[in-house]
Amino acid sequence: MNLPVLTVLIAIPAVTAVVITLFIPAGNRTALRSTALFGTALTLAATVGLVLRFEPIAGFQLRETATWIPQWGVSYRLGVDGVSLFLVALTALVMPLVIAASWEQAVRVKGFFASLLALEASLIGVFLALDLVLFYLFFEIMLVPMYALIGIWGGANRRYAALKFFLYTLVGGFLMLISILYLYFQPGGGTFSYETLTDVARGLDSTQQALLFTGFFAAFAIKVPLFPFHTWLPDAHTEAPTAGSVVLAAVMLKIGGYGFLRYSLPMFPDATSRLAPIILTLGVIGVLYGALVAMVQRDIKKLVAYSSVAHLGFVVIGVFALHPTGASGAVVQMVNHGISTGALFLLVGFLYDRTHSRQIAEYSGLLKAMPVFGGLFLVTVMSSVALPGLNGFVGEFPILLGAYQTVPWAAVLAAFGVILAALYLLWAYQRMFHGPVEGRAVGLLDLNAREITVMVPLVALMLGIGLYPQPIYDRVNPTVERIVSEARAGADLPAVAQGAGR
Amino acid sequence: MTILAQAVQQIDVPQIAWGAISPELVLFGFGIVVLLLETAGRSRVGVSAFLTVVVLAAAALLGWRTGETLTALMVALAALATMALTLIWRDRPRMLSAILTALGFVGALAATGWQWAEYAGAATATVGSESFPIVGTATAIGDMVAVDGVALFTRFTVCIAGLLTIPLGYAYAESRRIHRGEYYPLLLFSATGMTLLASSADLIMVFISIEILSLSLYILTAFARRDLNSQEAAFKYFLLGAFSSALLLYGIAVTYGIAGTTNIAAAGAAFATLDAPQAMTLTAMGLLVVGFGFKTAIVPFHMWTPDVYQGAPTPVTGFMAAATKAAAFAAFARLFVGSFANLQWTWVPAIWVLAVATMLLGAILAVVQQDVKRMLGYSAVAHAGYVLLGLTAVTRDGVSSLLLYLLIYAVTSLGAFGVLSLLERRTRKAMALDDLRGVGRRYPVPAGMFALFLLSLAGIPGTAGFIAKFAVFRSAVEAGQILLVAAAVLSSLIAFFFYIRVIVVMFMDEEPAEAEFAAPLISTTGMSAGLAVAAAVVVVVGLVPGLLLDLARQAASFAG
Repeated sequence: MNLPVLTVLIAIPAVTAVVITLFIPAGNRTALRSTALFGTALTLAATVGLVLRFEPIAGFQLRETATWIPQWGVSYRLGVDGVSLFLVALTALVMPLVIAASWEQAVRVKGFFASLLALEASLIGVFLALDLVLFYLFFEIMLVPMYALIGIWGGANRRYAALKFFLYTLVGGFLMLISILYLYFQPGGGTFSYETLTDVARGLDSTQQALLFTGFFAAFAIKVPLFPFHTWLPDAHTEAPTAGSVVLAAVMLKIGGYGFLRYSLPMFPDATSRLAPIILTLGVIGVLYGALVAMVQRDIKKLVAYSSVAHLGFVVIGVFALHPTGASGAVVQMVNHGISTGALFLLVGFLYDRTHSRQIAEYSGLLKAMPVFGGLFLVTVMSSVALPGLNGFVGEFPILLGAYQTVPWAAVLAAFGVILAALYLLWAYQRMFHGPVEGRAVGLLDLNAREITVMVPLVALMLGIGLYPQPIYDRVNPTVERIVSEARAGADLPAVAQGAGR
Repeated sequence: MTILAQAVQQIDVPQIAWGAISPELVLFGFGIVVLLLETAGRSRVGVSAFLTVVVLAAAALLGWRTGETLTALMVALAALATMALTLIWRDRPRMLSAILTALGFVGALAATGWQWAEYAGAATATVGSESFPIVGTATAIGDMVAVDGVALFTRFTVCIAGLLTIPLGYAYAESRRIHRGEYYPLLLFSATGMTLLASSADLIMVFISIEILSLSLYILTAFARRDLNSQEAAFKYFLLGAFSSALLLYGIAVTYGIAGTTNIAAAGAAFATLDAPQAMTLTAMGLLVVGFGFKTAIVPFHMWTPDVYQGAPTPVTGFMAAATKAAAFAAFARLFVGSFANLQWTWVPAIWVLAVATMLLGAILAVVQQDVKRMLGYSAVAHAGYVLLGLTAVTRDGVSSLLLYLLIYAVTSLGAFGVLSLLERRTRKAMALDDLRGVGRRYPVPAGMFALFLLSLAGIPGTAGFIAKFAVFRSAVEAGQILLVAAAVLSSLIAFFFYIRVIVVMFMDEEPAEAEFAAPLISTTGMSAGLAVAAAVVVVVGLVPGLLLDLARQAASFAG
């Protein structure tokens, strides 16, 4: 049986989106949401198959190639490796949960679920594409459903937030497109195949490398988002509906970190190593700044949004420390952040559904009012602050460990970020959940069965990954090791050995 | 006597290869027929019968004298079809005209297709290390008319635009009570001018065809004659158009003065070898740029565009935006890339500056517009700037990307104007941005299509607009015009803002209270079909552009 697994992964949500758009009447809410759930669940099942089939080796597997626009050297190339595997899995996992969490969606249901499925297809496509035009296609096309999600189903200030999100991402995308075109016309180019262009890029002189690196970097740094390109994120998160926030935080931001590992490092090793100090500085600023700003937030959703800036600063540090341990940690941190922050946004959404308020000050004693909710929230917060035994730890610790060996200053400064994270998250938890039942907490119903069902897989993964991360590292490490060692070799840096994380 | 005989011999009677301009003849012929039938009024059946007899006789004569039996047969068939259609639709003259006009465009498309088949693969082009067949080139009728890829491809574009305009405009014209008899013949005559312009191999021919198309368009612009905006637009268009024609003519005269010929290829050759005063050459080229700049709406010659686009009846605006631009750019490319390539060090920097100004100014001014048609007018200016990217590349790829861009732009913008004319039927007035509030909820299908066309104009991947933009960017990067591409990217970003804003207003804003009382939206079969075709083209070309890219590549006749 030779099923093109990767194409199937993109096709299932895409076809489901088309079916929802064209064939299901807008009034039939049950059919719309059931179809959406079915499509995402099917994708998840296929992804489980993919993870099981994945061989823990470096390089791309299950490749698919077909000609698409031969006149321009554009082809349809897909492949999966240790970097993309778990990001795809994360996408496939989050989507059905998001749909289940939005089960009661009442306004313009059809467009809502169609947008979510279109988003899933393009997100999976971004992680699997091995042709730069195909990658760009998915990269840009996902803006449309996300824009709709924020702009149509978002909060009061949604139009501003949606536009800001759109334009920011677009700027980065265009700069990347120019860089891609420039690469294409270098000697040896003439195709948009990832591998060919990587070879071409490595052969360029250092000025060209630095310029092109910047073009790609712009696209990814805005996605991450890296300080100071992060200002769109709090707006987008605050205004987006829960589903949008979850997808944005859990998956879409990961395109940045993914892009660094897939494109920046392999293509421009020289520029990477030369510009790494600047980027690491920005990463460290992001970690600390995100944490400090999170601390003063009054809106719990904004707090979580800024915590994303901080957590993803770790990813940047892990990648640009150019140490295999740190980079593997960065990949795992991306997955963990998806799980933990996704869960936080879901929980905040559940609360918002009940009270329509996200002000921390308006809550008190939630633990007593909603014990199940409080318990789940606590586990998620602990996971987010990287408590050993939960998933956050197994990502952040290797990042610091790896970074310490190559750029100790960054590791030391970033370590403060871990402490700050504990501070702002636990402090917020304390204010909202402890104390007497007051304010809006009075008379709230605890989570219902559907909401608990949504949370169970996430909490299970927090524990599972926290206690036994080995299966993930086994699949991530070979690829990441190769990427980092090639990048170091390309930048004439001495090789470093893989340390912890094994 | 002998002197007289010699003089007669010196007049070189050109071999008139009617086949070379067969699409124009078809368009023009149908234009005349439609005009006659419209003039005939109640006696249209009789007139049609008379015409049929005359044309059948002519066809028989043609078949007998020249042996062109196939052509004669086609002409005869067209005459019989006209007769039959007149009988069927004898009580609905506008429907009859619309169908005959569509038949004219289809006939012209078929003739162009036949020419394409005839010439395809007749020449070979080499780009880099790669060789591929292209459409052959020939000149006919005393070197007045060129038959080559650029001409044929542009004919396709113009005819497709015309074909789409008919169903999109029919109901609009009916409901505005401007569905008068001259509408269809004028459409055909302007299309004749456009296709002729695209195939002009001589500057005189360029001038004549620009006049043919312009005069028809002036009238079409004023077609909503009770509407002051329409009158104003037509007057402005006419005055500025006349002015630009004069400048173009002046440029042609100076060119003739230097080169001693008005033939485009010969003039280019003469310019290149000449040590005539440099200033004169530059003057000639400058005046020509101004002339073409006006027709293609390049900054600073764009002033008429927003007013005319806003004032003209919406389907006419769509046709004008799509087809005029295609034709004028084809001639522009033929002259500058095809003939003045040797002098590119003089004109490319100038066009470079114009391109940057056009792209940025068009986009920036579009942002502040409140009227949707006016906004699309400024966006058309920005798009002209992107097309210039293909021109300044001065390469075969550049020309092919230019042709591709114009075709895709034609279909997309016609679709956008088509939806607008549908929506305008509801408000029965000019469409301001605010009038679109909540349209997405009430009419999801047309609003969704409008969104699709706007996204394509913006160049979102997965739509045809992206392919077009990618093609011109690609050719510009290849030609080393990185800065120009950077300006184009900046302009695209600004453009995204106003395209997206329309979508926002349609889908994210609440409907104003008074919308409850607005007339319901009535879509006709023709309108739906036209829009569906345009939308399908936008999506299909966006996803599988291979075939169209091939055609555009074969059509690139000039290597620069």
